[in-house]
Amino acid sequence: MPFLNEKSPAVTSESLSVRQNAHTVLEEITFQVAPGEMIGVIGPNGGGKTTLLRTLLGLIRPFAGRSTLLGCPSARLGPVRAKIGYIPQKRTHDRRFPLSAADVVQTGLYSPETLLRPIRRPQRERCREMLEMVDALPLAERSFGDLSGGEQQRVLLARALVRRPLLLLLDEPAAGLDPKAQYLFMEKLRQLRQRFALTILLVSHDLASLAAYVDRILCINRTMHIHGEPQQVLQSSALKKIYRCSYDLLRMAASGEDENR
Amino acid sequence: MISAMLGYGFMQRALLAAVLVGALCSTVAFFVVLRRLSFLGVGIAHTALGGISVGLVTGLNPFLCGSVFALLSALAIGDISRRGRYDEDTVIGIFFAAGMAFGIALLSSLKGYYPEIFSLLFGNILSVSTADLLILAAVMVAVLLFISLFFKELLAISFDEEAARAGGLPVAPLYFGLLAAMALTIMVSVKLVGIVLASALLVIPAATGYRLSRNYRAMFVLSLLTGIGGSAGGLVISYLFDLPSGAAIVLFMALLFGASMFYRPRTIRRKKGGEQKNTGDGPLYKNI
Repeated sequence: MPFLNEKSPAVTSESLSVRQNAHTVLEEITFQVAPGEMIGVIGPNGGGKTTLLRTLLGLIRPFAGRSTLLGCPSARLGPVRAKIGYIPQKRTHDRRFPLSAADVVQTGLYSPETLLRPIRRPQRERCREMLEMVDALPLAERSFGDLSGGEQQRVLLARALVRRPLLLLLDEPAAGLDPKAQYLFMEKLRQLRQRFALTILLVSHDLASLAAYVDRILCINRTMHIHGEPQQVLQSSALKKIYRCSYDLLRMAASGEDENR
Repeated sequence: MISAMLGYGFMQRALLAAVLVGALCSTVAFFVVLRRLSFLGVGIAHTALGGISVGLVTGLNPFLCGSVFALLSALAIGDISRRGRYDEDTVIGIFFAAGMAFGIALLSSLKGYYPEIFSLLFGNILSVSTADLLILAAVMVAVLLFISLFFKELLAISFDEEAARAGGLPVAPLYFGLLAAMALTIMVSVKLVGIVLASALLVIPAATGYRLSRNYRAMFVLSLLTGIGGSAGGLVISYLFDLPSGAAIVLFMALLFGASMFYRPRTIRRKKGGEQKNTGDGPLYKNI
């Protein structure tokens, strides 16, 4: 199985370009993520961050270039999908959708292998373990729609982890949360990353809150602008002049606020 | 009085048909409501008129022609809207009108008065034959088999399609399977309540369950009870008050839904009354 090789990169992207409706959304994106690394992908809204994750996952076909996850090409992830946990960009979940937190976590177990097979007790136990791991076990029977934003994101993290992934792709997992819930989420992620030796690719438009957690940062606004360790990126004097995405950063750093709220 | 009603052979068949259609429709309605496909149901039912008219004009079996038409238009609507260039709403709106217009144009070529047309539009459950019951049973087996085999996946996709796709679930085939199930279910309900009202059976039972419960198992059971109780009860009402069966069934179901709106879910009460439970976020919050 390709993903068992520990030396090869967990994520590769080579000259990846994506076009949608005759617009170039991503252009010539090239980077690699080593196993165990945590990478922050930042950039302004509409800069193509979500498109990058979706292309890596094989949900969007690139116009040019190639990418792999855990050694498999994005177009044919096949069995390695079971080793990838994903939290999509937050949507307004139907507040009355009739699933409990435990039910939501269980959906993380479903894959082509579980088609036509019932979910058995040991697997349901694992769902509860995952809820416990994100400090959400007391919420197990609560309706997902009734939970606070921070609680919902932790439950979705449990859903991603219940697959026992090697790689996590997280799309703005802390966006829209208050600072306390953001902090709780990121701390939880840090713990779990160490515990399970996870490789993490985390998309955010908020560099300030990422810097303390990630090993490297990619700054993307259609093309890839900066690629480096957080301190380098933060101190890059060229940032403001050249890169639009720095505006987010500078404004947030000055006010300590999430510009979206 | 009800025992007198059951003395008639056609009434026994009608009641059996009502119970089966009620059960079938409420099962499919569960996903129609969760995936917000109500308008698609309305569209499929009306488009079917085109196919039924083809049958009436050519002498082929109208039910069969209608089913093929409904099935193809359901899949076409699904395919066009999945490509993402047009909103599902827009596509349904066009198919809906075009299908009906096609049907009306064809029917206008028929000379004389066809009582069947009125039955098709508004249903005539009292004309249910044994053959109709057999078709109904066959559709029911196929649809219930599909839904029970893929229940957990259909539920997961309804909740979060993006995550389901990333997880490798066959989202598109299951979606088209659900559309096909909807089309067939609508066609067998047409006998009961007619084209104009068939889509109501694909919405009201589950909408009632959705109102009353926050748990999908309970919602499913409540939907089933509303579907079966609503169609059987409606039929009895239509017999007692000499009303058209389709109208009586839909009105009675709507009444059940209306009654469910008086029920206040527990969560709303909890929010109004006092503090929420500590969910683990509390202690840190105090320190900030």
